Amino acid sequence: MFTCKEYKKAESLEEAWTLNQKRGNLLIGGMLWVKMGQRRVQTVIDLSGLGLNEIEEDDEEFRIGCMTTLRQMETHEGLLAYTNGAVRESLRHIVGVQFRNVATVGGSIFGRFGFSDVLTMLLAMDSFVELYKGGVLPMAEFVNRRRDRDILVRIIIKKTAGRFAYQSVRGAKTDFPTLAVAAARMNGTVRLSIGARPARAMLLTLEDPSAKAGTDLQERPLSEEEAGRFAGYAWEQVPVGSNLRGSAEYRRELVKVLVKRACLSL
Amino acid sequence: MLLSLTLNGKKIQADIDPDMLLLDFVRAQGCLSVKRGCETANCGLCTVFLDERPVLSCSVLAARAGGHTVTTLEGLQQEAYEFGEFIADQGAEQCGFCNPGFVMNALALFRENPDPSEEEIKEYLAGNLCRCSGYEGQLRGILNFLEWKKKGGASCRQ
Repeated sequence: MFTCKEYKKAESLEEAWTLNQKRGNLLIGGMLWVKMGQRRVQTVIDLSGLGLNEIEEDDEEFRIGCMTTLRQMETHEGLLAYTNGAVRESLRHIVGVQFRNVATVGGSIFGRFGFSDVLTMLLAMDSFVELYKGGVLPMAEFVNRRRDRDILVRIIIKKTAGRFAYQSVRGAKTDFPTLAVAAARMNGTVRLSIGARPARAMLLTLEDPSAKAGTDLQERPLSEEEAGRFAGYAWEQVPVGSNLRGSAEYRRELVKVLVKRACLSL
Repeated sequence: MLLSLTLNGKKIQADIDPDMLLLDFVRAQGCLSVKRGCETANCGLCTVFLDERPVLSCSVLAARAGGHTVTTLEGLQQEAYEFGEFIADQGAEQCGFCNPGFVMNALALFRENPDPSEEEIKEYLAGNLCRCSGYEGQLRGILNFLEWKKKGGASCRQ
């Protein structure tokens, strides 16, 4: 278990940021991952007193405070409706309700963990991170950035018209995913986010066949043949590796199967 | 550091270490139903309510709970007794070690969703591990409990 000498509930983001510049200090989200380590921390910085635990929704976007729990996202009516349940599907398999009442979206995304279902889902969406000093960045850019000592303040999800799907395979319920796939159709593209490769999620953006034909994507599901083509492309393009949850060979097959299933449900 | 919070309806203050976990804090306050089962945030045995939401107290700093309301099984006596007695009468469990966390989370489920389907029960309680029952007894016990409640909750034992 990690230990700390001091605990500070930050009274402002500036105070939290200043404290977080010191190497020995640590900013915590839900603390679930950090707790599993052995770090000896000088001061733990807690953002839970800054009102950043809400989901704001208007006609254009969702603004999700970094301390919002995974369970809040999972049960949010607006996200449920906008993603046709895909966000809920990406979250509901994570350990248990009590865990998801503690885990925060800020911690999950800032950590850019390979196993992250949340990151896999958000990467397929028109989403952004708002950093305290670094400003607003697309998720696709943030995911490959090196970890620094900035603060992730909010996640922003644009309500770009689209359709979404989520698929994962787990060796047992509540375990980390062996492979996770989020898919989206928006702006004439099909976006495929592949997570738990086991490296962190990566994004493939491909042309939506219905865009060329000028048909409304909401009206026309992808065909078996089209879904198969996307699956084959992902099978070729997505690097996968081995860990105790599955071999690279197994994951390569999972990429194909899950991408196809996700595409067919878009 | 000084911690002030409401535990089982009582306002308390205590001097704590900054890295004390909520689990160790409530146990130090005599709430021994709350146990450390796995230490990896997976088993659900340390479940308490933090402002009415079930959380893993093994993974929350006591300091973070400052100013909030914490409820353990000890603070839910009547509600817990009714459900716990019913489950015991159903022979739903074997060793009973996982019972306190299971009861807490089942009560949280009933509060959030008073008429859950079998699938909803399984999903809500997926984070409460039991190593001897195979969950069949618990599931049957919960379904029978809900049925019994629907009928007015009288004469649960024949």
